[in-house]
Amino acid sequence: MEPLQIPPVNLILLAPLLTVVGWASALLLVDVFLIPEGKKKLTGYLAIAGLLVAGLVGLPLWNVSGSTFSGMLVLDRYSLSLTWIFVIVGALSIAMALDYLPRHGIEQGEFYPLIMFAVAGMILLAQGTDLIVLFLGIEALSITLYILTGFAYPRLTSEEAAMKYLVLGAFAAGFFVYGIALVYGATGTTSLAGIAEFLGRQTLVAEDQTLLLAGAGMVLIAFSFKTALVPFHMWTPDVYEGSPTPVAAFMSVGTKGAALAALLRVLAFAFEGVQAYWLPVLAALAAITMVVGNLGALGQTNVKRMLAYSSIGHAGYILLGIMVASERGAEAFLFYLLAYALTNLGAFGVVIALEQQGESVWSIEDFAGLYQRRPMLAVAMALFMFSLAGVPPTAGFMAKFFIFTAAYEGGLGWLALVGVITSAIAAYFYLRVVVKMFMQEPAREVQPELNRGLNADIIIAGVATLLIGLVPTPFIFLAQQSLVALGG
Amino acid sequence: MDVLLFFVTAAVALVGAIAMLVSRNAVHSALFLLLNFGAMAVLYLLLQSPFLFTIQLTVYAGAIMVLFLFVVMLLGAEQVEDTPDRIAWQRPLGILLGVGLLGVAAAASLRGAAGQPAPGGEAAASFGNPAELGALLFTRYLLPFEITGVILLVAVVGVVVLNQRGRQQAPAKPPAGD
Amino acid sequence: MSWADILILVVQCFVITLAVTTGFAYLTLFERRVLARLQNRVGPNRAGPGGFLQPAADAVKLFFKEDIVPAMADKPVYLLAPAMAVIPALIIWAVIPFGCLNIANWDYRACFSASGEGLRNILQIADINVGVLYILAVTSIGVYGITLAGWASNNKYSMLGGIRSSAQLISYELALGCAVLSVVMTYGTLSTREIVYLQGWSNGGIWGIVPQLLGFVLFMIASTAEVVRAPFDLVEAEQELAGGYNTEYGSMKFALFFMAEYIKLIAVSAIAVTFFFGGWRFPGLETLGRGMTELAGPVVGSIVMGIVSLGSFLLKVVIFLFISVWVRASWPRLRYDRLMDLGWKWLLPLGLLNILYTAVVYVLVPSQRLAAFVLLGLGLITLAIAGSFSSAPRPVDNVTYVKEVVRSSTGREERDHELRESAKGI
Repeated sequence: MEPLQIPPVNLILLAPLLTVVGWASALLLVDVFLIPEGKKKLTGYLAIAGLLVAGLVGLPLWNVSGSTFSGMLVLDRYSLSLTWIFVIVGALSIAMALDYLPRHGIEQGEFYPLIMFAVAGMILLAQGTDLIVLFLGIEALSITLYILTGFAYPRLTSEEAAMKYLVLGAFAAGFFVYGIALVYGATGTTSLAGIAEFLGRQTLVAEDQTLLLAGAGMVLIAFSFKTALVPFHMWTPDVYEGSPTPVAAFMSVGTKGAALAALLRVLAFAFEGVQAYWLPVLAALAAITMVVGNLGALGQTNVKRMLAYSSIGHAGYILLGIMVASERGAEAFLFYLLAYALTNLGAFGVVIALEQQGESVWSIEDFAGLYQRRPMLAVAMALFMFSLAGVPPTAGFMAKFFIFTAAYEGGLGWLALVGVITSAIAAYFYLRVVVKMFMQEPAREVQPELNRGLNADIIIAGVATLLIGLVPTPFIFLAQQSLVALGG
Repeated sequence: MDVLLFFVTAAVALVGAIAMLVSRNAVHSALFLLLNFGAMAVLYLLLQSPFLFTIQLTVYAGAIMVLFLFVVMLLGAEQVEDTPDRIAWQRPLGILLGVGLLGVAAAASLRGAAGQPAPGGEAAASFGNPAELGALLFTRYLLPFEITGVILLVAVVGVVVLNQRGRQQAPAKPPAGD
Repeated sequence: MSWADILILVVQCFVITLAVTTGFAYLTLFERRVLARLQNRVGPNRAGPGGFLQPAADAVKLFFKEDIVPAMADKPVYLLAPAMAVIPALIIWAVIPFGCLNIANWDYRACFSASGEGLRNILQIADINVGVLYILAVTSIGVYGITLAGWASNNKYSMLGGIRSSAQLISYELALGCAVLSVVMTYGTLSTREIVYLQGWSNGGIWGIVPQLLGFVLFMIASTAEVVRAPFDLVEAEQELAGGYNTEYGSMKFALFFMAEYIKLIAVSAIAVTFFFGGWRFPGLETLGRGMTELAGPVVGSIVMGIVSLGSFLLKVVIFLFISVWVRASWPRLRYDRLMDLGWKWLLPLGLLNILYTAVVYVLVPSQRLAAFVLLGLGLITLAIAGSFSSAPRPVDNVTYVKEVVRSSTGREERDHELRESAKGI
């Protein structure tokens, strides 16, 4: 037997990923052997530190780009910006969880490394350029989330949520693998660049490409499941409601963002040649997602479910940016993702503050009269709600503005119109919360609990939301710069 | 000879799959699925791939189905409960969509096969040879291989975490019948 | 494949099945006699000379017993289970080379060639390139018979026995897999024929026991647990389970379970011989083949080769069977938690360690034979360390324990005094 020739591997290109995975693995051991029971918060702080270090490690790589592991992984500015967004999301989610877990009696040190592993899966989704790697990234993320969803284990809603998520997630994974197999059968490769090359060579006749189109369709279905696009969104409200709130917050922005980022790469790179086929499908998906998500939120009295439907609606908006696979669209996508992530994390932070110990009712009534009791909290929540609704001086407005313009310029004017109309509808239920907080008397006594982690979380999210809304230029510049290497 | 074997095995596989669906007893379903897996394994053998044959047996028949059986037996969930569906239109719709998916898959594979010879990938040259497969796994597919390791680590940690909590809190839990 | 080939194949399968079943029958006699000797008894010696017809008598008895199917049993599965137990035990023999009798052009030298060019060995049914994986695959489906029998009987003891044993089988499959993996790494092939070939001294190899001493120990323990032999026979712990998974089985169906167990025992012994003791090879076999060929022509030469190699293989297997009986006579049954402890906390880590050793040593040490001895040393050291670490508590029964406590807490005289006082009180 001749020895194996292992292809050269450039580990520098995956420095942030390696940092997160390595730190998380070490943290698992440190948590078990060094950190005493009852001081698990320390693990949380260490996890945040690890994520920040991973973000810092990425800084010197801004001007580096390249691919490694036989072209299965790339590092470019697009993936690096996404990495930073994911790191921030992970760190803020952990900050929220620091006091939430002990308050609900479900504190276990493994929670924090698991979040880090999920972040690693998300980074993988941002960097992967091979369908197999993307699949594994999705699995790494999903398996972690199945566990985290069921983390409040003896609580029945949490178990139900974990079960639902697991079964549907496994179903989606099946579609993904089947799709990959069909695509491989048609093109003989799983690498995105290889597929693009194959499609470039071929003069496309639809009849010959049944295999490829069926495969691409199944991959699309899997992504739709993960990003909760209508009609694959049924699980979202139940899962968000049942899972521990920090996990729901993490999922609402993290999973969605990572899967959409990967979808952008798949569609814009690999399947650019068959755009004529997927564009109408995706447009229809986006339209019904926006409509159903926002209409569904109208009737909710449970804030967590409302935020779940709202996240469905927002996935529809983000999809607009993906469809216009132009530079403008990808820019708008990144910008929207950042704005939405920060705003939503902030909103979930307020929900956590209001959550009573062991209580699983997040009625909108609990927000009534919040202004009288905790004015700052109410103002922060109002800010987040305005941002989600897309009211001018906030990040949400700028993000929506960008994405609709991009869609309009990309020739999807009707979709932009649908977006504007649904945004107007959405304003109703976002502003309802604000009205409750400022105009009504408290229906019953709710003692909000604030602490350092949550405080920091809400403050950071609030300031960022305002900052992005007021001075969007640097962020837009950043998003523009991110796409230099992507090449539109 | 080979053709005869193929048809017999394929028939067994189909019978196993269909019987699994219609069987009312979960253990019987599992056994029919096992039959189906066995027939698939033999089909791999007919395709000159003993490696896939053994993997199919070890992974599906030896590991996954045993897990299924275990779960079914330990839960005592052998019998399907005959509760009327609360959403009556769900079942026909499900069947319809399932048939639709089957149609799409069949059309895709038939037309795809008829259209042009499948472009062979990296695996085609030495298909089914364990040495080549291993070499491929450690060179070209090194990254997926390593990620899989991380995923397994996460899964193991998850099992321990969830299980541990259940054990800690088991005494405090009321003996509810759910 | 011509019809003649198929006919040969059918005859091969038939002969092996028959031979293995007969082997099972006489293994029971062998075991009973040897056990009896070890326990200072005589054992069955009445039926035929020296008890020679005892297996036949047992078979007749089992055939004529009443065949009962419990009323509440799941009948199809209940009937299927014994077959599911026997089939893996039989089909595992397909890849084991019992010897080497080359019938294509009667050339004994093909047996000793690396590529197996021109070899048509009728003493091995299937020479596939994934033989070792096949063995693992078949072992892994061996669980079904026991699990299904336990479930289908609709009896709580059977169910407990079934669940317990499938947990045991699944747990020890990992350790077994690790041991086999290190064997595969040593030889660099998954084909059983090549594994036997590579153990020949004349072509630079050495018996597998040398490089894989640790692997051998792990394999023996794990495979004993895998075929549920003593001291791992918790499956049929009569005291607790009224017999275990086969409580509800009688007559021939019980005999089938019994048979599956013993055939599996013979099979793992044969596999151990193949992996670690050179299979059918022994030093001087090649010389014998050459001599006979020169003396009496190629046909006689290869036939003698075949018979002698088969004999050497069987002899090695019988030694292993004897060891197994010896172990059964010497060790008491393990407690269930200790069993799991041993499997997960000792065998599995040691197996992984062994894989590490094998990989590192074969990369660092250029010479195969030197590497083998380095591994032998490493294996010995590891076994010694593991043995000294073993913290299995000494058997302390309650009486001794109380005595110890009393002795340490009170002085002897005081206690005597107390005893006298209490005696007065009575």
